Amino acid sequence: MLDFVIVIALGLVAVAVAMSFWRLLRGPSLPDRVLALDTLYVNAIALLMLLGIHLGSALFFEAALLIALMGFIGTVALCKYLLRGDIIE
Amino acid sequence: MTTMTRLLPHPILSLTLTGLWLLLVNSITPGQIVLGLLLGWMIPLLTLRFWPEVVTIRKPFTLLRYVGLLLWDIIVANFTVARLILGDLDRLKPIFIQLPLSLTSDLAISLLASSITLTPGTVSAKLSEDRRYLLVHALNEADPDTLIATIKQRYERPLQEIFE
Amino acid sequence: MLEYLLSFLILTGAIFTFIGSLGLLRLRDFYMRLHGPTKATTLGVGSLLIASAVFFSNHDAGISLHEILITLFLFITAPVSAHLLAKAALHLNLHSFAKMPVKSIKEKERSSSDAIDVKH
Repeated sequence: MLDFVIVIALGLVAVAVAMSFWRLLRGPSLPDRVLALDTLYVNAIALLMLLGIHLGSALFFEAALLIALMGFIGTVALCKYLLRGDIIE
Repeated sequence: MTTMTRLLPHPILSLTLTGLWLLLVNSITPGQIVLGLLLGWMIPLLTLRFWPEVVTIRKPFTLLRYVGLLLWDIIVANFTVARLILGDLDRLKPIFIQLPLSLTSDLAISLLASSITLTPGTVSAKLSEDRRYLLVHALNEADPDTLIATIKQRYERPLQEIFE
Repeated sequence: MLEYLLSFLILTGAIFTFIGSLGLLRLRDFYMRLHGPTKATTLGVGSLLIASAVFFSNHDAGISLHEILITLFLFITAPVSAHLLAKAALHLNLHSFAKMPVKSIKEKERSSSDAIDVKH
């Protein structure tokens, strides 16, 4: 049963990635695109965790942790750019 | 400044760092505990200037209860937001409200702002320059005054009791 | 029993992740879109991570708790990025279906002129 559930969950998250990607392409404003990128990295963590359970491998943890750290820093840097027009002051 | 506070300026931060280290290496062996304690002692000393405020928790049990309440509210919030997203979008009434703050410390204000963002249908958008108002966006709210009263009573008062 | 718990956690997580992105796609202005990803996606991924922790605790030798680290990190950072994004959107004067309280509009103009002062 678990395998079946994981396949369904992978499908749902894949559709979620597609929808976030559509928002990223569509915009219409810059904050919308940044928000879409933010959602995309969280979705990527979800995909990695599901794959990890599916393949029974704990190796995906480090990748997920790095994506979480870098994604947050990226979002903050982009927001700072939108707020100030500059990242490093 | 006593020797104790100079050697261990932020005990809570040190404990948190040790705990995080043990989670990160995913094992509790004596060696890792010693290394974690060492890191928990060194990092606050090296980054002393980033922590101007010394955090004091006046009521640890209120804090625990607050965390529990928050987790419960996050789950409820998700069902509320899920219903709103799946429902009829034309009937949503989004509003901005000004929330007057009685908190003063940095940590308490940021915790309140984060709690507001994670709980039912509200996102904190901006703190006013004079730190006395928080601009909050609500996804669907008919009555601003009730919302302000709820936030103040449910989240702000326990935070005030814990940190101020 | 364990399998049911895991299936429940995984399905809940996936459904909430899905709903978060659906909100991002469907809602009509930026401030409303902000609600979907910050709440639903965070809880969805949190639930998936807990499922992973439960799975590996029973799969390999010894308990595995480091997934909790990512969950904690996401729960701490999601409100921060949402707050920054909302601030950026207010700064750029994005269209909103919600009415702005009068006082804060003045405040916003003042603070944006402050920001320009800071830059030079």
